[in-house]
Amino acid sequence: MSLELLSILDQDGKAQKGKDPNLPPKELQKLYRLMVATRALDDRGLALQRQGRIGFYLQSTGQEASHLGAAYALKDSDWLFPAYRQPGILLLRSVPIEQIVCEWFGNEGDTSKGRQMPVHYSFRQANFVSISSPIGTQLTQAAGAGMAARIRGDDTVFMTFCGDGGTSSNDFHTGLNFAAVYKAPVVFVCENNGWAISVPSSKQTVSESMAIKAEAYGMPGVRVDGNDVLAVYRVCKEAVDRARKGEGPTLVETVTYRIASHSSSDDAARYRDAKEFEAWKKKDPIARFQQYLKHKKLWTEAFEQECLEGAKADIAAAVKAAEARPNPGPETMFDDVYMNPTPQLKEQRQELHELMQKGGVGADVGHFPL
Amino acid sequence: MTATGTKSAAAKAGTKVMTLLEAITDAMRTEMRNDDRVVVFGEDVGKKGGVFGATMGLFDEFGEKRCFDTPLSECGIVGTAVGMAVYGLRPIAEIQFLDFIYPAFDQIVSEAAKMRYRSGGEYTCPLVIRSPYGGGIRGGHYHSQSSEAYFCHTPGLKVVIPSTPADAKGLLVASIRDEDPVMFLEPKALYRHAKGEVPTGEHVVPIGKARIAREGTDVTVLCYGAMVPVCEQAAQAAAEQGRSVEVIDLRTLVPLDEAAVIASVKKTGRCVVVYEAPKTCGYGAELSAIVAEKCIEYLEGPIVRVAGFDTPFPYTLEHLYMPDQKRVLAGIDKTFAW
Ligand SMILES: Cc1ncc(C[n+]2csc(CCOP(=O)(O)OP(=O)(O)O)c2C)c(N)n1
Ligand SMILES: [Mg+2]
Repeated sequence: MSLELLSILDQDGKAQKGKDPNLPPKELQKLYRLMVATRALDDRGLALQRQGRIGFYLQSTGQEASHLGAAYALKDSDWLFPAYRQPGILLLRSVPIEQIVCEWFGNEGDTSKGRQMPVHYSFRQANFVSISSPIGTQLTQAAGAGMAARIRGDDTVFMTFCGDGGTSSNDFHTGLNFAAVYKAPVVFVCENNGWAISVPSSKQTVSESMAIKAEAYGMPGVRVDGNDVLAVYRVCKEAVDRARKGEGPTLVETVTYRIASHSSSDDAARYRDAKEFEAWKKKDPIARFQQYLKHKKLWTEAFEQECLEGAKADIAAAVKAAEARPNPGPETMFDDVYMNPTPQLKEQRQELHELMQKGGVGADVGHFPL
Repeated sequence: MTATGTKSAAAKAGTKVMTLLEAITDAMRTEMRNDDRVVVFGEDVGKKGGVFGATMGLFDEFGEKRCFDTPLSECGIVGTAVGMAVYGLRPIAEIQFLDFIYPAFDQIVSEAAKMRYRSGGEYTCPLVIRSPYGGGIRGGHYHSQSSEAYFCHTPGLKVVIPSTPADAKGLLVASIRDEDPVMFLEPKALYRHAKGEVPTGEHVVPIGKARIAREGTDVTVLCYGAMVPVCEQAAQAAAEQGRSVEVIDLRTLVPLDEAAVIASVKKTGRCVVVYEAPKTCGYGAELSAIVAEKCIEYLEGPIVRVAGFDTPFPYTLEHLYMPDQKRVLAGIDKTFAW
């Protein structure tokens, strides 16, 4: 048995007959704008890291269609349990760019108060649950949140993401199993970008696909061209609708490619074949969607300028504002460990305060090498 | 595969200046050449040579059979290492960051640590789990933790933490040859910062022996891993103020070289314990208790702990979280202000 790779757009952006989800022109343009803005955001993030202005960055370049198409199928009231490579969803959910950039700087404007590395966002206002580094942990949590919604009788749907590497984690298997057993309203999106740092997806599994693993857990598994935003949207919309109707979870595998290195600390040229990379570069999801819009007469040079220059200007303004903001105060380190600090934490806060009054504390710290 | 075991000591060889990271690679290379039961695996350890470069060159020299990438599962890495060790190999499992070891916790604590005991010695588990630990690289919560205490609290595991390149090689070789499971925790902040002469051939530093990193007479500072150079700097600064500080690099947390600790404290009469993990229930708590139990009558001041705070590891404020020279000096002051 083998799963078909679903797609709608061909490489020239032509939609196959009968498959086009026929989104209204305004929405198509909005999706395009978001994809362009996401790439601009990633470009700027990496540039800031290269300039030494932020400590780390991780791009989603090449995966804009994959995560934006998926999240576009949700209602704003639906929840996300993201991995770390879906920044476009923040733009989709109207998180102010300055807040995003404050997280990179880890300053006082960061919603997580400078406690995490760059790109580990938390935005309650966007139903975007705090990202952690340990791979896969969000998958079981999404299953649990889905179970909770069923217990409460809410019609919220939960979308959670992982990579191809994430499918090897314990939580992938447990999360899928629990979600299926309890018919939790969850859409599991596995963005198969071919690589987990330097390990190719062929070494994660010898299953013929990631999507086929769904079969073993008793849920539908769908494989979709992850660089085809309309196909991803359509497949995820069906999964979201099923979930909302109480028909349980779905595993969606978006077949895509990590165009950038793993992160600002990685150099993919050391382990990755240039030919493979070049071939995927030609399948750029933004270029393909642009062709589609052109066929529909929804794209002009002026529109492109407006999307790209508009995004760049917004990001530049956000960076300027964010960079001017101070770091969180030293005393904030002791907040949020518990609702109320323990006596020990209060004592330690006082101890640090006294040391700082005397001056000179603060070790030199190096740079993140991964 | 037939076991050839460890060949006897190689001819006297010279030394080479290496970073701590290079010394670790050298230890694995040496033992892989010596003993064909030794295999190295984990995430990104193959072609890439590890995210920090610790396994650089091993894939090229020994091939994929003995140095290989695994699927992304720490539980899988350690669980299979246990199976290999039980069957007769000498696996070295790399966990990319100690912060990511928790999915393997069950395999370490319930399985590797107890295999010998629960089988009445019929089965053993001679494996090494290597993992970078600790802060100082702007890695936030999940690339900075110093969670050695969890492992020290588990009977059956040895816990080794080097602080110099020569010790890194010698202790890793000893760990690979050890008949029991060893957690070999590598101070990532020192990977490239610590440089020193390392014997290029056979070099073994026995597990369970502390090192006097600096001799002194007025106060003992107990430390390990990345805190050792911090304490040495503090000792230097204290010397300029007329205080003679003895710095003990424990090298092995389990088994602890208690004799070295007690001898030093008896000599100086003062004790500061430095570790970067959260203060509460950290390894320094154990050290403090041992000193109190075994030589309280020699103390001229309270035992003082200088440690990380009882918070998750922060990102932006990392420089304030990590014990530094000033905090160690303040700790030393406290033992005198009594
Ligand atoms: C449990 C755990 N082990 C190891 C790591 C280190 N690590 C960070 S990202 C990564 C690869 C993840 O690959 P994949 O799931 O395919 O996601 P992608 O980065 O391709 O989006 C690894 C091994 C981690 N974060 N968590
Ligand atoms: Mg991947």
